[in-house]
Amino acid sequence: MNEHVHLNPELYHKDVEQVPIRNGYGQGLLLAGQRYKDVVALCADLTESTRTQAFAEAFPDRFVQIGVAEQNLATVASGMAAAGKIPFITSYAVFSPGRNWEQIRTTICYNNQPVKIIGSHAGVSVGPDGATHQALEDMAIMRVLPGMTVIAPCDHYEAERATLAAAGHDGPVYIRLAREKTPVITTDRTPFTIGKSILLLEGKDVTLIACGSLVYQAMLAAKELLGDGIHARVLNMHTIKPLDEEVVIAAARETGAIVTIEEHQIAGGLGSAVTEVLARTTPTPQEFVGMQDRFGESGQPDELLEHFHLRAKDIVTAAMKVFKRKAVLKRQSKSPTTKRTKKKA
Amino acid sequence: MTVQHMERKANEIRQDIIKMLVAAGSGHSAGPLGMADVFTALYFAILHHKPKDPDWASRDRLVLSNGHICPVLYATMAHAGYFPISELKTLRKFGTRLQGHPHRGALPGIETTSGPLGSGLSQAVGMTLAGRMDNARWHVYCLLSDGEHDAGNTWEAVLLAGKHRLSSLTAIMDRNNIQIDGPTEDVLPLESLRAKYEAFNWHVIDVDGHNIEMIINATNEARAIREKPTLILAHTIPGKGVSYMEGDFRWHGNPPGTMETETAPPKKEQAKVALQELRTLGGQIRSEHE
Repeated sequence: MNEHVHLNPELYHKDVEQVPIRNGYGQGLLLAGQRYKDVVALCADLTESTRTQAFAEAFPDRFVQIGVAEQNLATVASGMAAAGKIPFITSYAVFSPGRNWEQIRTTICYNNQPVKIIGSHAGVSVGPDGATHQALEDMAIMRVLPGMTVIAPCDHYEAERATLAAAGHDGPVYIRLAREKTPVITTDRTPFTIGKSILLLEGKDVTLIACGSLVYQAMLAAKELLGDGIHARVLNMHTIKPLDEEVVIAAARETGAIVTIEEHQIAGGLGSAVTEVLARTTPTPQEFVGMQDRFGESGQPDELLEHFHLRAKDIVTAAMKVFKRKAVLKRQSKSPTTKRTKKKA
Repeated sequence: MTVQHMERKANEIRQDIIKMLVAAGSGHSAGPLGMADVFTALYFAILHHKPKDPDWASRDRLVLSNGHICPVLYATMAHAGYFPISELKTLRKFGTRLQGHPHRGALPGIETTSGPLGSGLSQAVGMTLAGRMDNARWHVYCLLSDGEHDAGNTWEAVLLAGKHRLSSLTAIMDRNNIQIDGPTEDVLPLESLRAKYEAFNWHVIDVDGHNIEMIINATNEARAIREKPTLILAHTIPGKGVSYMEGDFRWHGNPPGTMETETAPPKKEQAKVALQELRTLGGQIRSEHE
């Protein structure tokens, strides 16, 4: 593990501490409220479960209950931002940014208003509520908006730091949170800068690029791969936009094989963002761990991660696959026939 | 400025609306012509604003929700001194500050980008809430179309404004009874708008949207009303001032010279006829050429 980033020393312990990522948002919002007098919070009837409650109690005059009206949530926030506020708007990710995309596009992004959109309960790990409440497309629809920053924190510490960073960022930000308890990977000493990925584990054979709740699965996978003699590099790509391109390109050059891991549709999210960079700079064998163009369903989070192939063993399979393709490419580039063809071309 | 002066000003603004639409070759006619009197009253009598200092912190905020009627906003702003009148002919052209739908980042004095319907009132509510948190003295005016009351987002804002008793908010609805596909009461009946708004805890005032004195009086009444936001139902004639356009929903989204109708002159004559009617106030006064 990269000792420079002060990770949780108990990370690989079987009883690793687990805390919901959304809790970090609640703590971060409270701190942001103390630090910035213009921070206000708006919520669409989910104050407790999105962890906006603490802010609402500490700053009742800076909290607006919107009701179940996500389009109003985004547009009222835009108006407040136009009058100098830094609004945080919270709901479940399927509803915001799911139901109010055009309002976010026109009144927040095109207007360039510093509204912070917090989408909680993202991913299949929402569990029993079922597919209607499991946001799997939110990063895709936010990532394509000009001026938008997209962040998926990997644990509650990172969510807290991301929330504070968003409050200080002059522009719209989307932060994706998860409902379930998630293993704690970082500590209060781990750095966080928007757009700067965090190297969790050094390796030369393959790179696992993960975000959000699945970063922990990537770490488990790396440990398992090591047993097979494969040294995996693990990157916590907490910011999906703007993507840390330099680090992605370096990973492709140095390890020659990439696996992206996200609790999101494989189209449009982290995997696509990484591919867009590599396709024009460093074409590299890639595999995509994520939702394969499907909806989720009801079940316990563990059952669903298993069913949809989002666990460490699935990452290991993907890593092996891409590692083998890399080896084939290497052999081809060394073979005399290829060299001759190259010369002719 | 006297009411009589403002009536003249509104007529000049209507002529500029026709000219800019003809130069652009596309854009909306009926709504802008219908709202010329309301905009003139706002920019020349009602708003606390400084055209040469559009970001003045204490200015009243004007949110145009139905962005498609922006020709009237641009023409009125130019006449009020925000930018040169000569710039109006750049409407909808490449590189212009006068985008096809108004954009906050393009032109100083535009409070928000608009066009997609149903989201302006929410933004006005947000501005009013933020102003209240800061004990600001400024007032928020939101201009709405009747057609955008088809949208749920509008009613979400109506509910929230009623809940917070936003007395610093005045909405002015362009009740011209038309939308793109036809009369509003055919597309999706909206009446009774007064009863609906009152049920949502708003104060409602009906005015003749072409009577500048009534419009000013209504906004004064709105400022005096405590504990409630106010809706001014401005009853207007779409296409007002151009006889062949008045009341005809087909002119909602078309400029003169683009469409034949039973009552309109031939395409080539349409702009000329419109300007002549406006100059002579429909034949009531002699034009400068006669």
